[in-house]
Amino acid sequence: MALINYAAREINCKIVYYGPGLSGKTTNIKYIYERLSPTIKGKLVSLATEQERTLFFDFLPVDLGTIRGFKTRFHLYTTPGQVFYNASRRLILKGVDGIVFVADSQRERMDENIESLENMQENLSAYGMKLEEIPFIMQYNKRDLPNIASVEELESILNPWKVPYFEAIATQGKGVFETLKEISLRVLKHLSQRAPT
Amino acid sequence: MKEETALFEKEFYEITNILKKLLETSNSKTVLLIDKAGQLICSTGDTRDLDLLSFSTLSAADFAATAQLAELIGEKEFSSLFHQGEKESLYISMVANRVILAVLFDQRTTLGLVRVRVKHATNELEGVFRRIFEKIEKPVKEEAKIFDEDFTKEAEEEIDKLFG
Repeated sequence: MALINYAAREINCKIVYYGPGLSGKTTNIKYIYERLSPTIKGKLVSLATEQERTLFFDFLPVDLGTIRGFKTRFHLYTTPGQVFYNASRRLILKGVDGIVFVADSQRERMDENIESLENMQENLSAYGMKLEEIPFIMQYNKRDLPNIASVEELESILNPWKVPYFEAIATQGKGVFETLKEISLRVLKHLSQRAPT
Repeated sequence: MKEETALFEKEFYEITNILKKLLETSNSKTVLLIDKAGQLICSTGDTRDLDLLSFSTLSAADFAATAQLAELIGEKEFSSLFHQGEKESLYISMVANRVILAVLFDQRTTLGLVRVRVKHATNELEGVFRRIFEKIEKPVKEEAKIFDEDFTKEAEEEIDKLFG
């Protein structure tokens, strides 16, 4: 639910990083925060527990620049990955314009990835949304760890939609901006396609 | 139904005027209007020391979490929220079931007065938002002018500039 303000000439879009607990959603956002110039980023808000587990969400506003005279801003959110925080997770999806699913590439985490994907679709349907209708991409994170599934395996199990995917090592920043760039483009394209002609 | 919220000049100025009137008549410090997804629609009053983006996001999250709490105890909703601070307090309420009105005030006024004025403002705002939603349902000429093929091209350029 992008907010387009014709009077203030602003476009605001919401991008959500979804995925199982400890898959690296917050690490993505933190890396983006550290690397972006202070002039284009806002404050990073983290609602986390003392153990740095996301309790409600992380939030980072990023100014994209001016498109057709409209100041365009992306609001990046992460969801809490832990299973028992579903009520909060669903709230974050409200008004979402684009989703990055951050999957954990480790073999032993495959069930959590699947469960989280299913949970995401259920939560979207609570708002009458379908994954197929929202800009959506995959990120296969933790590619530096041993015992990871191959990209082919991950693709066949987690990505029946064949949406674009990115391999990432979020702790080192690998793949982080590539992912953000792709979802940003898709969200803006989607916005222009939905507009009446 | 289109999912975007689009605000056009006429309504934007109407909304701003309603907020300004609320600010003055309630003697509040700051008034913000935020959409349910946490995006700031407009603000008036003293915002100098306020991180507006964070404030909007957290207010919307606060309201959303409270709505879930209401559901858990069998209430349809809690129509308003009040947070009392030592010097400043915050009153949050829902308008037209779609946007959130947040009023920041200090000891120069009282919760009672803020409440009454917010009620008036809410009625006025609901009228404006009804018109906005009707407009959004119909194809909008102004919008089409912006979202042409140049929009995607410019978007790509800006994104390239930003991310390399």
